[in-house]
Amino acid sequence: MIKFLIKGILRDRSRSLLPVLVVATGVFLTVFMSAFLKGIFNDITDINARFTTGHVKILTRAYAENKDQVPNDLALMDVGKLLTRLQADYPYMEWVERIHTGGLIDVPDSLGETRGQGQAIGTAVDLLSPGTIEPDRMNIKKSNVKGSMPAKHGEALISDDFAERFNVSAGDNVTLFGATMNGSMMFKTFTVSGTLKFGNTILDRGAIFMDIRDARQALDMDDAASEVLGYFKDGIYDDIKAQQLQASFVSKYTVEGDDFSPQMFRLAEQDGLGDYLKLAESAGSVMAFIFVIAMSIVLWNTGLLGGLRRYSEFGIRLALGEEKKHIYKTTIYEAIVIGVIGSGIGTGVGLGAAFYMQRYGLDISGITNNIGMMLPSVYRAEVTPALFYIGFFPGLIATVLGSALAGFAIYKRKTAQLFHELEV
Amino acid sequence: MENDSIIKIEKLIKRFPVGKTEFTALNGISASFGRGEFAGLAGPSGSGKTTLLNIIGSLDSPSEGDVDVLGNSVSSLTHKQSAKLRNRHIGFIFQTYNLLPVYTVFENVEFALLLQKLSRSERKKAVMDALEWVGLTDKVKSRPSMLSGGECQRVAIARAMVKRPDIVLADEPTANLDSKNSHHIIQTMKNLSRELKTTFIFATHDEKVMQYLDRIISLEDGKIVKDDVKTDSKPQDHVSI
Repeated sequence: MIKFLIKGILRDRSRSLLPVLVVATGVFLTVFMSAFLKGIFNDITDINARFTTGHVKILTRAYAENKDQVPNDLALMDVGKLLTRLQADYPYMEWVERIHTGGLIDVPDSLGETRGQGQAIGTAVDLLSPGTIEPDRMNIKKSNVKGSMPAKHGEALISDDFAERFNVSAGDNVTLFGATMNGSMMFKTFTVSGTLKFGNTILDRGAIFMDIRDARQALDMDDAASEVLGYFKDGIYDDIKAQQLQASFVSKYTVEGDDFSPQMFRLAEQDGLGDYLKLAESAGSVMAFIFVIAMSIVLWNTGLLGGLRRYSEFGIRLALGEEKKHIYKTTIYEAIVIGVIGSGIGTGVGLGAAFYMQRYGLDISGITNNIGMMLPSVYRAEVTPALFYIGFFPGLIATVLGSALAGFAIYKRKTAQLFHELEV
Repeated sequence: MENDSIIKIEKLIKRFPVGKTEFTALNGISASFGRGEFAGLAGPSGSGKTTLLNIIGSLDSPSEGDVDVLGNSVSSLTHKQSAKLRNRHIGFIFQTYNLLPVYTVFENVEFALLLQKLSRSERKKAVMDALEWVGLTDKVKSRPSMLSGGECQRVAIARAMVKRPDIVLADEPTANLDSKNSHHIIQTMKNLSRELKTTFIFATHDEKVMQYLDRIISLEDGKIVKDDVKTDSKPQDHVSI
């Protein structure tokens, strides 16, 4: 009987090809969209981690409470010792120090008089140490559109928008005005080595990137930093590990009631990223749930249509003495075969597409230029082990569920009507 | 005849609910059919022919009275027992053939045997025998769409006969056939009835069929108005079994 039914499935395309295509398409979309959504969520999280939050961030309590004002007078002190201790205590992390500052950029003319001024958002990172990966982490090298990367102290990168607005070229001088850590007036002249375009309004508005040693000298922040960021060496944020790290850090480093005592914040505790992470975490499950519901309805209808098409076949089988239960069981077996084949194809194609998108991504830099949010310019899918089952099992379940629901018609059928029904 | 009866119907009443009232389709039918009988139920539409076939075929059950088929009281059969009775002992032939379009002639006929635990070689022999009876051994690999109406009905006869049932119930089997094919089909069935001792019961109002029947039971408003046993039905060609 099984061989007989398989012959029927193979020969009747409406029983094989159509349901397999429907299931495969649904599973493909689930796998691919799940990978792509996860990739997008992770890309957005990742870009925030790289630029602002780290996987964990260490600040003084006072700085944290006023961080919107960039209060460098409340910055971390003795950072050299702190970094040495952190590296010893948590060798699985990579620690970097950063300084943020605000102020004005003054563009002088040939006589040294002010030609133009604009608001500055200064970021100081390690640009010049041999082997530093900060320029790569912040994508500075790829964002360098004109000129070159700073090669020596006293050189800085400014935003390309700012440079165009004030007609500044590589090799020109600009002066950064601001306040030192002690509240005195600060001004330091930098030679512009090149310009940056991140494709992000916030960063492109008035960014000036300098080496952290130049910033320390200008802001009187010797052995101090606005913040220390920690990154898991595998590059992947894990909130459970981050919580364990945080608990350990608090017990070792934080002094209760001391405003200048270092505090650690997880990525999930910053800028609303916690809710975002939860959303990312549940995206796959939501996709799978929606898929099962939608596909069950679609396959239920496909099953009903198939049932209608096979009405005479079921009638003949009943008349020939096959039990309703047996007919129902064989339709379920057929659904399992269709479900396995369709889900297998859908998972394979979905994984293939996800691998492609993981490797090449979707470049949307052209449409994010005027978006204020910190967004990646290339969205990539992320292939995870979950993709191997996230579409497969829902696809199989939906197919069987659809057939099971449609198959109730077999039980409701009155054998007494067979002669009438089969003679239409 | 009574002693050799394989179907005994006693005071059969069948009612169907119609809104809040009931419609009586069969009203006090009593009859019996012997082994190898070639009989027909005649009468206008709504006279109860198909309802009676349904009950004899254990597709439906009586409201009152009793129908005994091969020693089984149809009223007391479970669904499973009814299915088993049909599977082992009763064949059906429909007006519109009802062959399965995706299967070949061989497979359509074999289908009736798949629920019985026969070996592949036993099935093959049975199917080829059945196709030989109806003269279609050259069409085993054809699909129903490649056959004429008459050939399709012959496949349906082979499917009904392949398990060598005791009873074949045929509802208007020649209604979709031309005169020549109708005669051929009915002749084939008559020969099979005689050779295999299979009881054929037709529901029909086709005169071409009636002239071959040994017995015609006329129904009107759910009652038997005439039970006519003929002694001079048409002579037949013999088929070799």
